[in-house]
This record gives sequence, structure tokens and C-alpha cells, in this order.
Amino acid sequence: MTNHWIDFKNSDCILIMGSNAAENHPICWKWVTRAQEAGGTVIHVDPRYTRTSSKSDLYVPLRSGSDIGVLGGMIKYIVDNDLIQKEYVLHYTNASFIVSKDFSFSDGLFSGFDEAGRKYDKKSWDFEMDENGVPKRDMTLQDPRCVYQILKKHYDRYDIKKVSAISGSPEDKLLAFYKAYTATGKPDKSGTILYAMGWTQHTVGVQNIRAMSIIQLLLGNMGVAGGGVNALRGESNVQGSTDQALLFHIIPGYLATPRANWPTLEEYLKANTPVSKDPKSVNWWQNRPKYVASLLKSFYKEADLPTAYNWMPKLDAGQNASWLVLFDKMLKGQFKGFFAWGMNPAASGADSNKTREALSKLDWMVNVNIFDNETGSFWKGPGMDPKKIKTEVFFLPCCVSVEKEGSISNSGRWMQWRYAGPKPMGDTKPDGDIIYELALKIRELYKKDKGAFPDPILGLNVDDWGDGHVFDPHKVAKLINGYFLKDTTIKGADGKETVYKAGSQLPSFVMLQADGSTCSGNWIYAGSYTDKGNMAARRDKTQTPEQEKVGLFPNWTWSWPVNRRVIYNRAGVDLQGKPWAPNKPVLAWDAANKKWLIDVVDGGGDAGAKHPFIMQKHGMGAIYGPGLNDGPLPEYYEPLECPVTEHPFSKTLNNPTALIFADEAHKRTTCDPRFPFVCTTYRVTEHWQTGVLTRWLPWLTEAQPQMFCEMSEELAELKGIKNGEKVILENPRGQLWAIAIVTKRFKPFEVMGNPVHVVGIPWHYGWVWPKDGGDAANLLTPAVGDPNTGIPETKAFMVNVKKA
Amino acid sequence: MSGKSFFVDLTKCTACRGCQIACKQWNKLPAEETRNHGSHQNPMDVSAITYKTVHMKEVADDKGFMAAWLFFPEQCRHCTEPPCKMTADAYDDKAIYQDEATGAIIFTEKTKDLPDFDEIREACPYNIPRQNAETKVMTKCTMCLDRVQNGLKPACVQSCPTGTMNFGDRDEMLALAEKRLAEVQKKYPDAVLGDAESTRVIYLYQADPKSYHPYSVADATMPGLMNRKAMFAKLFGSKSRSKA
Repeated sequence: MTNHWIDFKNSDCILIMGSNAAENHPICWKWVTRAQEAGGTVIHVDPRYTRTSSKSDLYVPLRSGSDIGVLGGMIKYIVDNDLIQKEYVLHYTNASFIVSKDFSFSDGLFSGFDEAGRKYDKKSWDFEMDENGVPKRDMTLQDPRCVYQILKKHYDRYDIKKVSAISGSPEDKLLAFYKAYTATGKPDKSGTILYAMGWTQHTVGVQNIRAMSIIQLLLGNMGVAGGGVNALRGESNVQGSTDQALLFHIIPGYLATPRANWPTLEEYLKANTPVSKDPKSVNWWQNRPKYVASLLKSFYKEADLPTAYNWMPKLDAGQNASWLVLFDKMLKGQFKGFFAWGMNPAASGADSNKTREALSKLDWMVNVNIFDNETGSFWKGPGMDPKKIKTEVFFLPCCVSVEKEGSISNSGRWMQWRYAGPKPMGDTKPDGDIIYELALKIRELYKKDKGAFPDPILGLNVDDWGDGHVFDPHKVAKLINGYFLKDTTIKGADGKETVYKAGSQLPSFVMLQADGSTCSGNWIYAGSYTDKGNMAARRDKTQTPEQEKVGLFPNWTWSWPVNRRVIYNRAGVDLQGKPWAPNKPVLAWDAANKKWLIDVVDGGGDAGAKHPFIMQKHGMGAIYGPGLNDGPLPEYYEPLECPVTEHPFSKTLNNPTALIFADEAHKRTTCDPRFPFVCTTYRVTEHWQTGVLTRWLPWLTEAQPQMFCEMSEELAELKGIKNGEKVILENPRGQLWAIAIVTKRFKPFEVMGNPVHVVGIPWHYGWVWPKDGGDAANLLTPAVGDPNTGIPETKAFMVNVKKA
Repeated sequence: MSGKSFFVDLTKCTACRGCQIACKQWNKLPAEETRNHGSHQNPMDVSAITYKTVHMKEVADDKGFMAAWLFFPEQCRHCTEPPCKMTADAYDDKAIYQDEATGAIIFTEKTKDLPDFDEIREACPYNIPRQNAETKVMTKCTMCLDRVQNGLKPACVQSCPTGTMNFGDRDEMLALAEKRLAEVQKKYPDAVLGDAESTRVIYLYQADPKSYHPYSVADATMPGLMNRKAMFAKLFGSKSRSKA
């Protein structure tokens, strides 16, 4: 989230799209309700009428996977009716930038497409630079090659008739939605978007969010109270695990994973440190060498930086090591061993039958979890012959989150310290202890038996992990914050020099050094655990009257970065530093005292001195985004499995760069009369993820006992299905049973003149427990993914539904 | 009249069922073995081991599209003049008692010796009392009296994230109910409070209470109950102003 949970209350219009916030994030509804009570409008756009819809002021149905059509239509509505927040768009976004002469777009494809390689050469998408190396701009926004005109032309095709025809959303509802949301383009109004997996789990997942980001920039909704782009995280600590680099392409602090084509630290830094010639661009990532050096020192305290970098494991050039690829390689026998740690891939990964078969190709698997699950017990699951499976499975029982101390970072980037509650049951251990003991044991074996390339193992800084026996979350939190390795003198902005002693905690990431004199396990968390103490453990509700207006609570826990509560807040004020919305300011420039008030300012310097989007090389909000793998502007593509053979915007049916596995074409279907219905997956309030925790809790399985399939009354009649009956869902990947919930909350969509039925299933069930609960929704989902993230398209695919 | 009351603002309920689960947890009630009946609701009714369940009702407009999805967290209303107690008192005035400080209606172990459970159940205009098949003890919501006597809110209220469930001194709850009714009526002109004068669980309905649940409010037209209602009216004065 750019903003935070409490901030929802400040919004004039809350759009919930790609999310069922009321059910899946029940606590957030407190703040959504506050916004409504203050006169705000809540809009829910979803294939299914949910509890979120029931509490919204406007519900707009849309067919799963047609979001970019609907959002593209809103962009056109904004441009056609000139509803942009002009000053904001002009000064804070790249709308005025001139794009290369070589850029073009034709029939669903951007320039530079390599059909055989299913990828783009992005060179032609670049901005045109002036003689100083700064992007050329046209402040009149009239140049046909400026971003604003390219945007206008691009979305000119997205008229409401076409949008309605492909999405199945009624025109009057779309218009009501556009009108209500775009009213937040007024400087003193703000609109926010709450989204979740309903947007990300598509082959256009990243572009769904990009489309909304463009809308937010056009309406001036970034950096303001009640605005922003807000991903509702499904697990309490998904934000934290992402920050700590759970994903393959980054190392902690959103730094690129070292690759074989950057064999030295010098080459790595050259490739990953952006340069801006614009003096007003903060270009924050120019500091990357400091963050990388400090991270390397946190891993390898005694090694010099080039050696430490050399010790880092590296991906091959261009290698995609995301989830779907990993399991594809596993299936092809390219893995010997596998740790399934706090994960249940046999139920959580797309195409469960593929995943489960892949597990059978391993020599060994270690399953660290609280309960038995479909992954650890895959070898005795449905359709498996234990005699034929060689995989040796080890189960390590770990303790539950409430039994251990440490921090979680919530969706609003608040790092919140939690204390251990009850003692762990039996011999279960915290994950930290399991990892720590494993590391100590591996080091012992390397010391004893040597082995290949022992240096990265023996050189690892495990002193900061514990006392030699027991894992210490405080020590690790202090290492993540970072500390000085040598006595260091630092000159402040005021010219004053301060000496920091070796061993003292870093007060902020501003002090991080590129020469190896500081260590920090994650630069964005620098400032969280200083010599003043554990900031995440703060529980102080005091705030100034201005902070109280927006519910900022700056002394409650700690928010990354530097306790900033609303990121990009510099865009929340005009060039003079005056808040766009004086009644709910997040930031304000005190000209007399030359200082920023309310929140911690993004960037620094006086009002108007710096461009506001400091993480962007050119300092501007990216209406045009030339970095993604599937285009600088979101374009409409159908899901890889879809109920139509064409759509109204181009002849390019699907995302041409989507992640697919060529040898699986026979497992995918489009417009196949055998599998005529769109299926989508989702969650219920009562269960969590694959249900590994919740299916074992009797009160929760009492409330949601079994796999179900929601469908319209019309479809039920068509298929002769009665409410509460058992049905079978199937496609070439698999089959599962579910109890039919026949409901008015699903309605058939009229798509390109034809009726299209959408059905929905939850993904929380698995064959292990409860005995008559059903199996995983992912038995049906395809192993195809977004070209940028690799996230699977589990929100829109094709199935058949029949009576059991 | 003093004591405690609940105010349940149904316009804020998202049916997250935190209250339903919290009730089970605090009262150490086992789970029922349920099946999906073609609904998100479960358990389908209150029982000897379920004091509270959230009912869900889909309401369509004349074209068959969803007009509202109504949620009704059902529990004992803790009547100010409880007909269950009046019925039980004829046999044993200690079987069901009314807590003096809070007004909570409590079924004791002695309910197992009452001769006719059906009589108790039928006396209740809200169809709340249930009986443990083995022990014959009668059961229902306890207002979490053990919590309330220790300065805590009932478990269901504690768990509610949206402000649907409220609990406090009766005067405060009545005032809150009237205030919210006035606010809510701007959006939902048919909004009403249910049986505010005669119960300690005051629901605010956005539409006809009967569209939520057949036993949402006491039914004056129901045969068998009419006499009892009439009797109440006679004994305690009829105050139906805020009832649908």
C-alpha cells in the first residue's frame, strides 16, 4: 500500500475492484464504514455480488478478466471529458514527456515485438532526451508524441459500447461508476483503490494495476489522504515477506538478484544504478550502491565487498525462477531436494496435478508446517501409488505465529512488534530456530568435511542470528536495521559533522555507506531499531491536531521508509507546498520555518525544489511506463483461456508475452464447447490460504465445511442443478466436486451478444482434512502467468460444470 | 429501566461471523458437524451448542437482480419481561432467572427438571431456547454474564470489527439506537428498531424485519403467541412505536 488501513476513512470514493474486502479483510471494513459515514461513496466492481457489494453504494458486475477494458474506458472518459487534475498531471507526471519517434502501436502490439521469442525489444519505447540528457517535454500536452497524446490515442478505442460488450457490464452502471470515481479529480477530493488477487492473478495482472495507477495519476490521487494504490495483503505479513525478498528476482530491500551476466559488484552496480541528468530529480535509486554494500556486509561482515558479491548465488542471464517455472523444472527432474516451508504447493500452486506429479520427481522434501497437509502427504493422495514414489518426505513441526516473538509488516507498511504468547506445543520450534540450527549444522559439516565452495557458508555472519543455540529475533531485527562497522563521520544537510561509533545502530538509511563501513540487512528498514530502541514496539497514540485529522498515528509502531505513513506524499501538495486538500492534509510546507509538517516528506529540500516521485528515475509519476515486459501502456487482452475468439480492441486475442509452457497447449481451452463456462477462484472469511491452518479448526470448518461452487440460477436451470446438490467441475487439467450454491449473486453476462456464465470456487480445501471437505481449486487452474511477475492466471479460466 | 443492553446495527454487518465464532470460543461450545446446504450460512439454526448464528438472506429486485443481502446475527433477546421465565416460574422459579444488575436472562442447570421443554420454547416469541438432548438442560445466549460481571464486553461484541455489535448501559444503547435510526433512515426510509422496549437486544433493520428472519421481531399475528402478546400488552403496556 502507498497509504495505510486507517487512511481509507479519508477517502471521498473507495473503489474496490479485484477484491472482496469486506469478506477477506473484515477489519478494514471499519475504516470503509467511516468513509461512508463521512459522505464517501463505495463502489464494488466484481463478477459476483459479495458481502462487499452488499455494503457498497454501487455494484458493477464485470466478467472475470475484462478489467483493462473497464479501466481503459474510464481513462477515455477522463480524457474525453477533460477531468484530469491539470496542475498535478503537468508537473508531477510524465504526461508531457516526448516518446521516441520509433515507438508505435498497431493492432494490439507495441513496437519491437519478437514473435518467436514472445518478448519485446523495449528500445523504441524510450523517451526522447534533450541536449542535457533530460527528457524532452511539451507543457502544452499537444505534441502528438507526448505521453498525454499517445495515451489519448491509445484509449480512444475504448468506447463505452465496446467496453460494455466485452466486459458484460451494463452501460448505465459503467457510466455511474466513471462519473462517481472521476469526481475525485478535483484537487480537494481523493479516491482510492483497494485491490487484491482479483487483479494480480491474471496474465495481465501487472497491467491491471498499471491501468489504475494511470487513473490515479490523471486524477491527482497519489500522495494524498484517502488516495493511493492499495494492495490488500492476504497474509498478515505478506508485505514483510516481500520486503525481505521472498521472491526470486530481488534480494532484501527491492535490490535486483545478482545474475551471471553481472559477474562483479562493479558490473552489477553499473547495470542497476539509474542516472538522471535532471537536477530536480531525486532519483533515489542512485543510492543503490550504499544499500547493496550494506546488505552484503550484513551477510558477510568480514569479507571485502567484491568478495562478498562474488559469494552471492547468481541467476543466469534472463533466467525466470518464478513459481510456475520452478515446478515445471521440478517436473522435468531438475531438482533433487525441496523445502516446502510454511507453504502448501500441492494445493496452492496452479495446476495441482502437475505440481503433485512434480513433487514425485524429487529425492527428498522437507515440509515445515503446523499441520499435515496435501504437500507433505502428496505421496498418499488421490491417484498416487506410494510404492512408485521415491521422494523421501521429512516433516518438521513448527510453532504458531502467536507462540513466537518478532515483527510483522502489515499492508500499510507498519512494522509491528509482537510478543510470544503461549509456549510452543511439544517439540515444535519457531521457524527462526529451525533455520538457525540448520545453518549451524551445515557450517559444522562444511568445517569438518570441507566440500565445494565453502567460503559463502563459512563466511556467513551467523553471529547476529542468535546466541549460538537459540535464535534471537531482536538481534536479527537490529541487523536488519543495520549498524556502523567502523567509527564514521557523517556531514549532515546543515554541514554539521557527527561521529557514529562502531557498533552503534544506524539512525536512518541516509547514513548508509557504499564503502563497507555500514551493514544493514534491509535498507528500507533502517531506522526501525535504533539506539533509541525498537521502534516497531511503540504503542503511542499521540499525534498533533493536523495528524489527527487524517489519523496518521506516527508514534504507533513504525512504518517503512523512515516512518513515512503515506508514500509519494510530496505529490499531495502543490509546487508551493500547499496541500491540495486543505481539510485533510498529509504534508504541508512551513515557509516561515522552512520545514515540512505532518508526515515525513518524500525526498527533502524546499517546496517545489524536487520532483515528487522520487523512486522514478525522472521523478515523475509514470502514466507511460517503458519498463514492463508487455508494453508501456496497458492494453486489452483476454485471459489465456477465454469464452470469445475475438475482442473489440485488436486482433491480438491474448497477452502475446504471457508466461506459458509450450508443451502444455493441449491442456488449455478457448471457446471449446466441452468447457463452456468461465471459472474464477476466491477466498472466504473463515479460511486462510489453502486452509492448512483453518481447516483443522472445528469452529471454522463448522461455518464453511465444504468445497462449493457458486453459480447463477440461470446456469443451474440450464444444467438441471439444484441448490445444495453435488456437482462436478472439470477441464483438461483436472476434476473436482463441489456443493452447488445457486444464487442471484451471480448473473449471466452478455458478452459480444452471447450469454456467458461465470462460476466461482474457493481455493481453501484439500483432500487431507476434513474428510468430506473436497479438494483444491487449483486442480482446475492453468499454469500460465503474467509476463512480469509469473503469477498464475487463477481468476479466469474455462471449465465444465455438471451434476455429480 | 436500567441494566445492560445490546445495540445491533445491522446496516453495518458484513456477516464476517467473528461474533459467531467468538461466542463458541468463550462459551467453550463444540462445533457442529455441518454440510454446505447451498448457502454460506452455517450452522443453519441455533442449537444446544450454538447460541448464535448469522442468517443470510438474498433479496432481489423485480428484475431478479440483487437488491440487498441481509445479515442477521441471531441470539437471545434477553426480554425485559421474559415469557420463558414466566412459563418456567410456574414450576421452579430458580430454573430461569433474571440477573438483577444486567437484566440478563439465564438458563440454569435446573432447567433440566422442567417438565416440558416445548412449552418453554413456544413461550419465546423469537424461537431461541434449545435443549441438550442428553442432559435435558436448556440452553441459549448467556449475555456472557461471566465477562460482563468482570467489566468485559460480551465475546460477540468484542470481536465485531465494524461497529455492528454494541453493548453497554441500556440508556446509552437506546440513545445510540435512536441516533443511528435517524441517520440510517436518510438512506433506508423503511429502517426500524426491533422490539426496543421489550428486549435487551435492539436490532436496527434497514428493511422490513421479517425479510431478515421469520423470528426477527415478536409476531403479534402468530397464532398461539397472540394471546401471550396481548397479555403482555395488558400487563406492561404496548409500546410498538419502534417495531415494524
